[in-house]
Amino acid sequence: MTVDVEQLSCQELVELVTDYLEGALSAEDAGRFEDHIGRCGACAIYVEQIRVTIALTGRLTPESLSPQAERELLEAFRGWRSA
Amino acid sequence: MAVAEAQRLEALRAGDEEAFAALVREYNPSLVRVARMYVSSQAAAEEVAQETWLGVLNGLDRFEGRSSLKTWIFRILTNIAKTRAVREGRTLPFSALQDPARVPEAAVDADRFLDSEHPRWPGHWAVKPVAWPEDALVAAETRERLAEAIEALPATQRAVISLRDIEGWSSEEVRNALDLSETNQRVLLHRARSKVRAALESYLEQA
Repeated sequence: MTVDVEQLSCQELVELVTDYLEGALSAEDAGRFEDHIGRCGACAIYVEQIRVTIALTGRLTPESLSPQAERELLEAFRGWRSA
Repeated sequence: MAVAEAQRLEALRAGDEEAFAALVREYNPSLVRVARMYVSSQAAAEEVAQETWLGVLNGLDRFEGRSSLKTWIFRILTNIAKTRAVREGRTLPFSALQDPARVPEAAVDADRFLDSEHPRWPGHWAVKPVAWPEDALVAAETRERLAEAIEALPATQRAVISLRDIEGWSSEEVRNALDLSETNQRVLLHRARSKVRAALESYLEQA
């Protein structure tokens, strides 16, 4: 069966991006996804923006613990150790 | 149990303060994020995380290593957070967690696309995304907008994107910690990433 790439619209593609990146699409759907990207510059930009979003998010640093909270926890740890 | 984990556990049980401090630094941010799904405020979430550490200390000698230390710690957190949510009279996020797919949500506004009746290009872009300027991406303000967009997400989406994309957890680890199905983990991640992208787009367009 030949896959009709026109079946996948841009509006449908943007909903499949995470499934695609997570490797959750069937081989056939992944093929349709990639064919679409190959032909559609706007969707290629969209997917690239999602990738950039993920990369930028990865550069945010996890919130750190307040020094006071850390002190309290370490005190609790010392109390536990000596109990 | 992995060797590194066994060594870590041994150090904790022997009262090695640095081992405990390292554990707290590694997991506390994630504990607070997950707790935020259950309780009403950041302060309450931080208290739940603190309580979790006390629970970890209480249980450490009984921990048998049948799950990973991480999974075990998050189970303690979830129990404490649920109890607290009930005390606060809050509805647990389970209905939303169990089936987010029941409430559809578009990754991109429908008005960005030509409608499905369009004779030639149904569902194609009407307003196309444009490539982002590279120099703006590294700007401190872009980073602030990104952090704000994540902060503005519904709690479950925020927890999933934070654990996956900030903390770098695997989808399986997130599913275990949050008790989510594979599909729902993906749906929540998809919505979160889509919204954050949209927020960056609207910021970068004005910039």
